[in-house]
Amino acid sequence: MKRVLVLLLLISMSAALFAGGTSEKGEEIRVLLANHPYGELLKNAIPEFEAETGIKVNVESLQESQLTQKLTTEFATNSSTVDVFMTRPLQEGLLFIKNGWYKSLDSYDFSDYPSNSVDVGTADGKTYIVPLVTEWQVMYYRKDLFAAAGIAVPKTLAELEAAAAKLHSADVAAFGSRGKGAAAVTQISSYIYNFGGNYLENNVAVFDSPEALEGIRYYGRMLAKYGPQGVASMSWENLMPVFQAGKLAMWTDASVFYGQVVDPAKSQVSAENVGVAQLPAGPKGDSPFIVVSWGMGMSSKTKNPDAAQKFLEWATSKELAIQGMLSNITMARNSAWRDATVQARMNPGLIATQAHAAANGYPYDRPFMSAVGQARDLIGEVIIESINTAGESAKLPALAAEKVKAVNDLLKADGEYGGK
Amino acid sequence: MIKSGFFERNLRFLFPLPALLFVLLLMVFPVGYTLAVSFTDWALTSGRPMKFVGFESYIRILREPRFIAALGRTFSFTFSAIIVEAVLGTILALILNREYKAKGAVKLILLLPLVSTPVAIGIVWNLFYDPTIGFLNYVLSLMGLPQSGWVSAASTVIPSLVLVDVWQWTPMIALIVLAGLAGISSEPYESSRVDGANAVQTFFYITLPMLMPTILTAVILRAIDALKTFDIIYAMTGGGPGYASETINIMAFKYSFEYFSLGLASAILVFLFFIVLLFSIGVLVVRKKFEV
Repeated sequence: MKRVLVLLLLISMSAALFAGGTSEKGEEIRVLLANHPYGELLKNAIPEFEAETGIKVNVESLQESQLTQKLTTEFATNSSTVDVFMTRPLQEGLLFIKNGWYKSLDSYDFSDYPSNSVDVGTADGKTYIVPLVTEWQVMYYRKDLFAAAGIAVPKTLAELEAAAAKLHSADVAAFGSRGKGAAAVTQISSYIYNFGGNYLENNVAVFDSPEALEGIRYYGRMLAKYGPQGVASMSWENLMPVFQAGKLAMWTDASVFYGQVVDPAKSQVSAENVGVAQLPAGPKGDSPFIVVSWGMGMSSKTKNPDAAQKFLEWATSKELAIQGMLSNITMARNSAWRDATVQARMNPGLIATQAHAAANGYPYDRPFMSAVGQARDLIGEVIIESINTAGESAKLPALAAEKVKAVNDLLKADGEYGGK
Repeated sequence: MIKSGFFERNLRFLFPLPALLFVLLLMVFPVGYTLAVSFTDWALTSGRPMKFVGFESYIRILREPRFIAALGRTFSFTFSAIIVEAVLGTILALILNREYKAKGAVKLILLLPLVSTPVAIGIVWNLFYDPTIGFLNYVLSLMGLPQSGWVSAASTVIPSLVLVDVWQWTPMIALIVLAGLAGISSEPYESSRVDGANAVQTFFYITLPMLMPTILTAVILRAIDALKTFDIIYAMTGGGPGYASETINIMAFKYSFEYFSLGLASAILVFLFFIVLLFSIGVLVVRKKFEV
């Protein structure tokens, strides 16, 4: 009797080890989405997809950096059950392609996408990422404050500085943009381009050039003199509430935030007082970044390639792209921009700045390399030094040169240095 | 009685077996694996398989000024938090250690910061600390005092984080010390009163020495935890501005999940492991002395 009891006890204790091991094989996929307006849109539309196809979709939504971490950990440990996921081509594309974590999308029709947006996710003739959302840098500004001060929307960076000097007051900061080291790297990029500099040229770091340094100094000076308090630790999630609270006159950041900026539930500034303008031109250029901020990829380890493919086609379809556009999400598909309803309903400022950026912009907003995470921190140190000294720092060239060397070392360690 | 059957004979091994497996699988394995990875150059960004490189990761980390700075920061954060918490917690316990109405309710309120989610605490404190729209700067401006950058300025970020840690963990020390106070017998107090000791003497010569083992226990527990603090710092500053609040744990996190340099990250973590281990042993030795 006692023996039976002990046996039963052991069995019942070990039963938990096998829980979840068995389940019937229906068509079921696991999808990882970002906490991004388009991710939300997809999440709400997924029941329709399930009803239509009978495929069960298990969705998880994660904040962008957590999404990268989760995907990387699962893929690197070979334990992934993810089938389809949202992905940031410029942040993790190279890393994922290099490690063979994306499945190549040989049968996908890419004809409706701008070719440079597809190129970002292409390596050795194979494409791995469907572009979803594009964003470019714009300047959000307060029309009412501009009218009250009697000034026009600045067209050049010199005019921007003059306008900031006029608009700045103890109560309302004139100019905001990301100052938090690594997060600022993407937003300062257009300033560096407009001063004639760049992060990488032919896969060699060059952000210590006189042109790039001039851009970094300008950015630091503007933020230190006219930025909100504590700007050196602010990213978009800190700047947006300040703008929404009416305490910021101009804010340069990605176009994707327009919908939230004018959301009456979140903003104390009414939509008619918010303008969207293109980033002012610099002395040596007029090339705001225009990038594929989000794409969609399929895991190379997927066990349900057919169901995953179906989901991918649906999630990146033209119909959903139009829905996205109507909720102020700037999609990558060309046809979504040409749609008549979209053109009638979209903010004209967004349409105009998109056209300008598509014609003149630069398709990268950060150094395009596998070790981009570390490179962004290194460049961030230079940005913070510039902000802390209002662009005056005498040691900025030496610091930038030191970081250029460090970024080049990263490129070399990953076998990406030089050439194209 | 003659024991019969496999199970009866081996019960003493069988019953602890699940617990043993649990410890091996979930505690020993990760530490061992981290140690193993720390001797490789595993970096996902290179796309190459990992290679054994001996102590290279350790040497690279020790040569990194950022690591030395993070090490110093870890200790300054821990010690300033612990000292303030131990002093405040003991004072709080002494104040609360008397009979009054609503004692239960006060203890419950003290427990609240302890059971709050760190990320939620981080978000709320960040709202307080916001330099432009935050509550604390508003209060400072009402009182006519200069405003502070709080967590957004390099010079004030560590004290600001210490303040949050103190807010959250002082009650824990107070509760432990309160339990210790309840265990002190009344006899030494009675005889000291007979000998004519005043309140200050009673405190320094009776209460404090008898409480010391309890306080030290609380301090050890807190210190081990504080050395490894991650959640609050990550939620509030992510190690910023710049690297101004980057502790060893935050640095290791960045090296693994943002830089994907797993070899270097493991080396950093092995350092932290030994620091915490040495620290714990050291405090245990000190505590032994008090118990004699």
